[in-house]
Amino acid sequence: MQPLSVIVRTICDIFAWFLAIFGAYVIIHGHLSPGGGFQGGAVVATFLALLLVAHGGKKLLAFVKPGIYSWLETTGLLVFIGTGFAGLTTVFLYNFLSGRGGLFGAVVPTGPNPGILNSSGTIALMNLAVGLEVIGGLSLIVIYMFKGIRLYEEAGSEETGHDR
Amino acid sequence: MNWNIHLPALIIAVPLLGAFAAPLAGLGGKVTRNIWFVAVSIATVALSIMLWQHVQAEGVVVYVLGGESWNLTLPSGLSWPIRIILEVDAFSAFMAIVGSIAAMAGAFFSLRFMERFSGLDKFVSLYFLLMAGMLGMELTGDLFNFFVFLEIASVASFGLVAFWRDRPEAVEAGFKYMIVSTVAAMLVLIAVGFFYGRYNAVNMAAVARMMHFGYPEKIALVFLVTALAMKCGAVPMHMWTPDAYTEAPAGVTCLLVAVSQASLYGLFRVCFSLYGASLGSSVVPWTIIVLGVLSMFIGVTMAVIQKEIKRLMAYHSVSQIGYILLGLGVGLLALKDPQAMADYGFTAMKGGIYHLFNYTMYKGLLFLTAGALFYAAGSRNLNDLGGLARVMPHTAFMFVIAAAAIAGLPPFNGFVSKLLIYESTFAVYPVLAIAALVTSVLTLASFVKVFQTAFLGPAKSVFANVREVPATMLVGMSILTVVVIGLTLLPTWSLANLVEPAAKALVDQAGYISAVMGGGL
Amino acid sequence: MRKQEARRPAMTGNMPFLVVGILFFLGLYAILFERNLIKIAIGITLLEASANLLLIVLGYRTGGSIPVFTLAGDVQTMTLPTPQALTLTAIVIGLATSALLLSLIMMLYKHYGTLDVREIRRLRG
Repeated sequence: MQPLSVIVRTICDIFAWFLAIFGAYVIIHGHLSPGGGFQGGAVVATFLALLLVAHGGKKLLAFVKPGIYSWLETTGLLVFIGTGFAGLTTVFLYNFLSGRGGLFGAVVPTGPNPGILNSSGTIALMNLAVGLEVIGGLSLIVIYMFKGIRLYEEAGSEETGHDR
Repeated sequence: MNWNIHLPALIIAVPLLGAFAAPLAGLGGKVTRNIWFVAVSIATVALSIMLWQHVQAEGVVVYVLGGESWNLTLPSGLSWPIRIILEVDAFSAFMAIVGSIAAMAGAFFSLRFMERFSGLDKFVSLYFLLMAGMLGMELTGDLFNFFVFLEIASVASFGLVAFWRDRPEAVEAGFKYMIVSTVAAMLVLIAVGFFYGRYNAVNMAAVARMMHFGYPEKIALVFLVTALAMKCGAVPMHMWTPDAYTEAPAGVTCLLVAVSQASLYGLFRVCFSLYGASLGSSVVPWTIIVLGVLSMFIGVTMAVIQKEIKRLMAYHSVSQIGYILLGLGVGLLALKDPQAMADYGFTAMKGGIYHLFNYTMYKGLLFLTAGALFYAAGSRNLNDLGGLARVMPHTAFMFVIAAAAIAGLPPFNGFVSKLLIYESTFAVYPVLAIAALVTSVLTLASFVKVFQTAFLGPAKSVFANVREVPATMLVGMSILTVVVIGLTLLPTWSLANLVEPAAKALVDQAGYISAVMGGGL
Repeated sequence: MRKQEARRPAMTGNMPFLVVGILFFLGLYAILFERNLIKIAIGITLLEASANLLLIVLGYRTGGSIPVFTLAGDVQTMTLPTPQALTLTAIVIGLATSALLLSLIMMLYKHYGTLDVREIRRLRG
């Protein structure tokens, strides 16, 4: 994939970080406004797609390490299932953090209010976990799909052992 | 603290934890990954047996995910259940045992079978996701949750069928399977949408309570029956079964057989517990019976002419699904009439459910022996194989047991379930029993052909240094052999304690509803 | 607009469901009769879109506002939030399916050299 012109690359360098911040905003405010883990994660993953389109494939593959995204994905998933198991003394996936004070545990007043970011317990924690996971997963999809466009594989990297 | 109450959630959560932590386990190299693979599979089997004992003691068990208490289905003052509710009756617990035993056998088998390939961390993750999806399908009491687990299992199985990605046929099989499976899943989603629009609830017990049989319910029933029959490989939607079962690695095929049973479970849960007595006329039961007979016939006639072992077994898979559809279709036919139910309906249901267990066990074992032949001799084509019984005696012995069971030879377990199906379908319409008998004969013929070609005969020089397969693969196959022999030796016990509570739970729609709507108590 | 609604309320009220049906049959047509693999994948996306649209439309209540308690203000009815959650789940599932479908199509092109579904038939019988 060829890199695009200087104008596009400069604008991309300036504004791509806006995508990342906006995606993080959507993830974090998932329990207050429309959004949440998957939606915000998908927005952050378009950050990588924008870099790919603007700077071209070779530069992107030199810059990006798939291992980081793989670990982001695993971390998100483990936090998610860990939160589920942590409430097991009552019920699996019980919201043991809400209304207790402390992390994510602010008490929410009834009636319309501007929305308290620190509330809603494990829901906010799981939003963050799913957000991390989706960032990792979708970025990996973009990277591997791009790598797959190169249709010539080096000989000897094919796997044998099944009958062909 | 009574941990028994958390069993339904744990059975789904433990394979999910296994899937998510597989990259971590893979960090320690091959040994830790294999240990993790085997440990989680054994833990799931142990949990499902404990769940079955718990359900035998307590009746229908509910579990409210994320609620205030595990059985608070209707919190303060509400008359609708909220939250996702897992509802386990005897049939669900039975299916969970069947599925997890097949998964454990496939896991043991895949330890050595897959060791030459790369990307095994992802293989273990996908395998556990497939297991979690299958178990979730079988334990849930919520229609949309059923769809979600159906899709989890399907997407995991797409990846596993196409796992040998350098082999063009595997990718082609994966693609065809994906198209059929996605169309089926979207049909299920539209049917769930219909139910939500009519009753404002997606909980199965709530919808069953409020169900009255109008036009949208008829359309939803058609969609659900079509989609779930598509997913389990009944004719005429069976085209994906030979391709997908052949091209998947053998341990995965063993699990795919169990996953198709989970869609069959969904079909019967919808017909018996969701619609139940309000099914109206007998069109749906007769449709299921006709699909069953067609599957039996077309499956076995296509199987006799195959030259590749796994493709032959996959076509037999289609025909055995026909037996189960036939048995449970007859049971559905007799649902409205207590006299007919006592005469032949209940026997047909017992036959169908027992055949489900037997089929998963011996078909899984057959696929594993085919995989063992492939691992040792390097070929799946019957024209190439020959005379392998002397160098692979254990595999040959287990193949004989599985082939005798599938052909319905007395005294094996296949004979018991087929006899129940023959007697009950003869009372409905004699042609059905005749079709089942002819299928059985043709099954025997094709397996005699396979055994004689692959195992007996003079030793070929090409296979001079073929040895028996490694020990862990033999362990995987012997798990299933032990279960088959156990069912053979104890037919009365298994019919009375495993099958009959399951059949009773399936027929008892009122008990299913009141477990959730009665406040869970 | 008001007169049209008073004359034929059934038609405009049911329009979203008609669209769902049209999208469903367009998607099914594309899957069954198109020859290019990418067009079959697009057909699957259309099928998923129709199912998602059905779920969202079912949650609408006449005159309802957004079901967010802190942003809606002083209203009488809200649209139902449950089908929105169901649709989100279905969209995520559709994303995973589409990603896998497109990857398999890339590999099929690499192995068979063509995107014509009639040529990709090594498994038969």
